[in-house]
Amino acid sequence: MDNVRVIEVKQSVFADNNAEAERIRRQLKAEKTFLVNLMSSPGAGKTTLLRRTIADLKDEMRIGVMEADIDATVDAEAIAAAGAAAIQIHTGGMCHLDAGMTEQGLNEIGAAEFDLVVLENVGNLVCPAEFDTGASKNVAILSVPEGHDKPLKYPLMFQVCQALIINKIDVLPYFDFDMEKVLSYARVRNPSIEIFPVCAKTGEGFPAWEDWLRRQTAAWNG
Amino acid sequence: MHELGVVFHVIDSLKKVAADNGVDQISRVTLQLGEVSTVIPHYLSDCWKWAAAREPLVAGAELLIEPIKAISWCEDCQKQYGTIEHGRACPYCGGGNTYLLQGNEFMIKEIEVPGPEEESDG
Ligand SMILES: Nc1nc2c(ncn2[C@@H]2O[C@H](COP(=O)(O)OP(=O)(O)OP(=O)(O)O)[C@@H](O)[C@H]2O)c(=O)[nH]1
Ligand SMILES: [Mg+2]
Ligand SMILES: [Zn+2]
Repeated sequence: MDNVRVIEVKQSVFADNNAEAERIRRQLKAEKTFLVNLMSSPGAGKTTLLRRTIADLKDEMRIGVMEADIDATVDAEAIAAAGAAAIQIHTGGMCHLDAGMTEQGLNEIGAAEFDLVVLENVGNLVCPAEFDTGASKNVAILSVPEGHDKPLKYPLMFQVCQALIINKIDVLPYFDFDMEKVLSYARVRNPSIEIFPVCAKTGEGFPAWEDWLRRQTAAWNG
Repeated sequence: MHELGVVFHVIDSLKKVAADNGVDQISRVTLQLGEVSTVIPHYLSDCWKWAAAREPLVAGAELLIEPIKAISWCEDCQKQYGTIEHGRACPYCGGGNTYLLQGNEFMIKEIEVPGPEEESDG
């Protein structure tokens, strides 16, 4: 034990990532590109929601999508068919995207050419919440079949997001999903979170969500 | 598994620390981990054993984890309370005008390296 020395470090493990994320945000701001980091469990409806959103907004803004999913080629094709540019981000099997991987994606897609870029993060509610990707805003999707207790089980996800989409409201009659409870649980975690109940299949609730996206994009790029 | 990705971030940070300090072997790493950092100490230790064995700089290094209690502050009541127990809502007034004082830390506190203070090279 006598032949050792101790070096004090006192450094956050995420310090490098956070610094890189801040740098990405500054650059996006300068290039007038609004980056949304879209997070959810697998199958909550990210791709379906994006396809409809792109179809509705593609004539007013230039939209790009970066897919981080395992099955990304399928999703990327669906996005391209909806009328947006799409690329796949290589996560190397990681459970989340960090700022470095996001930056590679932004360079590949040529972020400056777009008004809005959406990052479809890896599908889970834990790890992606932990890593700042450099996005302008974070958005989570929670789908009705997942249950209304998710904000209690995954508090960080609901704290880091500025908007929460509750998808698949068409199946509400078949699940004991308590909308009042999910709204209050989410607001306990994050009093300023904006919540949009939608059905990505029919487009119900989309005007409010798309209006938020429009306003946020304009404010960021303005 | 999130903890494995996190361990890679720790090892990346350690490589920089080692380079800055001219160190090529680390025998012990002390981390400080907040209660609401979402990293689970037990999983972290397991992932550390797996990943550290594959990185010469930290091969066989011991991992110490010091927990940090999560404490929130209510702006309205000017009081603090346990975050794990009560979340974002203040237990005194029920309000949400609160923020985390501590407890989401994930820090490398210190490392221990074999050898004396100065390399006896010259
Ligand atoms: N009933 C109903 N089904 C939906 C809705 N939105 C999506 N789905 C269905 O849910 C399934 C998953 O949707 P995706 O859009 O692929 O979900 P995702 O989050 O992109 O999934 P991954 O990328 O695999 O994580 C598909 O079968 C969709 O048709 C909705 O509003 N209502
Ligand atoms: Mg998808
Ligand atoms: Zn209070």
